[in-house]
Parts: sequence; C-alpha cells; structure tokens
Amino acid sequence: MKELVISKIREGTVIDHIPAGRAILVLKILGINEKTKETVSMALNVTSKKMGKKDIVKVEGLFIKEEELNKIALIAPNATINLIKDYEIEKKFKVKLPEVVRGILRCPNRMCISNSREPISSIFYVRAEGDEVFAKCHYCGRKIKDLSQYLL
Amino acid sequence: MKHLISIDDLSKDEIIGILDKAEDFEDVALGLRSCKILEGKILANLFFEPSTRTRISFETAMKRLGGEVVNVSAQEASSMAKGETLADTVRVISNYCDAIVIRHFLEGAARFAAENSSVPVINAGDGAGQHPTQTLLDLYTIRKECRRLEGLTIALVGDLKYSRTIHSLIKALKLFKNKIYLVSPEILALPEEFLEELDGNAEKAKLEDIIESVDVLYVTRIQKERFLDEEEYRRVAGSYRITPEIVSRMKDGAIILHPLPRVDEIDVRVDSMRQARYFKQAFYGVPVRMAILSEVML
Repeated sequence: MKELVISKIREGTVIDHIPAGRAILVLKILGINEKTKETVSMALNVTSKKMGKKDIVKVEGLFIKEEELNKIALIAPNATINLIKDYEIEKKFKVKLPEVVRGILRCPNRMCISNSREPISSIFYVRAEGDEVFAKCHYCGRKIKDLSQYLL
Repeated sequence: MKHLISIDDLSKDEIIGILDKAEDFEDVALGLRSCKILEGKILANLFFEPSTRTRISFETAMKRLGGEVVNVSAQEASSMAKGETLADTVRVISNYCDAIVIRHFLEGAARFAAENSSVPVINAGDGAGQHPTQTLLDLYTIRKECRRLEGLTIALVGDLKYSRTIHSLIKALKLFKNKIYLVSPEILALPEEFLEELDGNAEKAKLEDIIESVDVLYVTRIQKERFLDEEEYRRVAGSYRITPEIVSRMKDGAIILHPLPRVDEIDVRVDSMRQARYFKQAFYGVPVRMAILSEVML
C-alpha cells in the first residue's frame, strides 16, 4: 500500500512536481512565509517516477489564483496544481509560463536602473527554449537563465 | 506619445523615414534655409553625465527649428538627484517642457524616465545601454557617404563591450544586410546577447586581415570611465590604433567613422586623409536630431 508522505488537506492548493530542493523557492514566489496565516506542509525529496525526486507543497485554506501560480513556472516549469475542496480535487492543471513577471526577479546588472533606489519594480519578459527558461530585463535588456538564482 | 529609447523601438521603414527627413533638414542645419516648425516649443536637456557633442547638437537642432532649450547640467542634475528620485525629477521637469533629452549613467534610466514623463523622452545614452540618436546619425552618415545602407562590409573596432554606441548600432545593422567584422581586444569583446542579435552575420577578426575589404571602419574609444579596474584599463588602452599606414591599405571609397571624442585610437595624421569622415559625421548629428525632435514633438 502506498504511504502518504504528508496528510491530505481538506481545502486549499497542492503544488506537485516541483524539482527537488525548490519547494522553499515556490513559497517565496507565492509570498508565503512566517508572517502569512496559511498552514503549509512540504514534502522534500519525494521519489517520483517522472522526475526521480521531487518536492510537494500543500497550502491549507487558500485557493491561490492561477495568475499567481503560473509564476512558479519560472523555477518549476512542470509543476502541477491541484485545487482541493472537501478532500477532493476540484481542479487540476499544469502551470503555464507567464510572458511578463513584475517584482519577482532581480536583474544581475548592477548598473541597471531596476537595482537603484528609484520607486521601481523589476520587469522581465519570459520565454522557454526547450527545457530551459530565459528572462530578459525590460530596462537594461540583460538576459538571464537558471532563474532560481535571481528571485527577489 | 512617441519616445525614442532604443533603436528597437523603430522599424526599418521608420528609420529610413527619419533619415529622409534629416536629408530635408540639412540645409536648415547649415543655416541656408529657415524653418521654424518648433517655434513655441521647449526642450529640456537633462544630462546626468557629461556630454558635449550630443547636448550641443540637440540644442543647435532645436534652435535651428525655432524652439527654446533649457539645459540641466550634470552638476545640477546630480545635486537634484541627491534629494530626489529620477522619477520625481522627470515628473517635475516634464511639466515645464515639450520634450526631454536624457543622458544617465544607469542602464534603462531613459525607459524609466519615459514611464514617468508626461512629454516625449529621447534617450541620449544610458550607461553602457543604448544611444539611439547616435545610431541614427551613424546610419545617416553611412548612407550619405557610401550612398547605400546595405551590401557593405563594416568593421566595428575597439570597445565593443561597454560602448553603447556599438550596442545601438548593432541593433540597427541587423535590419540591413551587411557583413560585419568585430575587431576588439578579447577583454572588450561584444557581449553574448548582442552577438546573438546579429544572428551569425558577424565574425570576429583581426584588423590586418580585413582592412583591405572594409567599406566602413567604425572606431570607438576605450572608455576609462567604464572600467572598475584601472589596471585592466591600462592593459587594453592603446591596444589598437588607426595610423596613416593602415588607412592607406583601405579600398577606394572606404570611410572611417568615430562617435568622438577620440583619445589616441585614430592618429591625427589620418584626419586629413579622404577616408576620415568623423567630423562630417558629427555635423550630421544636427539634421538627424532635427528630424527626431520634429518626429516626437509634432
């Protein structure tokens, strides 16, 4: 019999197929931390047929908006989302890479205006090439890959 | 509202339209014809970095077209910036004028300024980023002096890493079919993202191998202010120099351009040779900027 790593949630959002080691980054992208009220459980390094190892995040009592969830695709392009109601999956979908992200990524160019003291949010244009995700800074044009390094 | 922030903002047809318009303004730039189409308009020159040619040619262009100019010098701009953000400075100044020309040391500053301005913003150089008005005058010079913009062999020489002039020019050259050679010390090679933009139409070369085949030799200064490490600057400065001997190997009709100022990368003895067109290039900045100003303000 299959053993559950973390218990089922009654209501909320389950994020599955996160590359191993990136669960914390997923929470960071969603802005969930010790100051927010949601109960979060995480399973790290779970054995996966498809991925070898993966992470899973469960956020109780919160239906995260699809637009927010799609930001996860920056670091977990194959993540799947299950919206749970009364212990049942109400909706299941794969994250979709957003075309533009604001205030999520940091430009590595220290001479970019987005890193100055101006009232400014970083803006990046995102695209996938094969399995790799790239982003281009709206302000200075710098291109970045391996986006997990550049999360704000 | 029209801004000019990056050469990418313009299509090939729009670029050609500006060059054609500049051609019409050439006699006005020379003072041979009066044309006061910008009478009653005010241009604010907002320079956070020093500039001579760009600022003065914008000022001349505006005045030739009957407009007024308010200059905010590097010193005034930086003292303003001490207590105020660029966003606020631009919000205030855009209430005083009909267009802003901005030069700033941070990349993307002009785009950010445009987002906070109620009038058109023209980028006159943002750090190592873009310098689109220089590019338009470079294209204008090539078209005037070579009588075409396509089918040329163009060598870009010098600081290809930090030169915003080069970065802008490369974006424009990809719209026209030319062979491009990149000549630079390895440490100042063109950044990967610009190389990608050229899509295989450019190759790295040594000056001595290609000098006889080029139509345009575009030389840039190694910019001391872009180096964090002075030792690194000293190592590469003077690593290339265009002398009369080199120029004498160039083919008939070939030209030498330089965005100026030069330090010692072009020997002064080259100035009197027929290939030297960099001072003419500097003059062309006026009709081209007249075309740009009329484009954004009318």
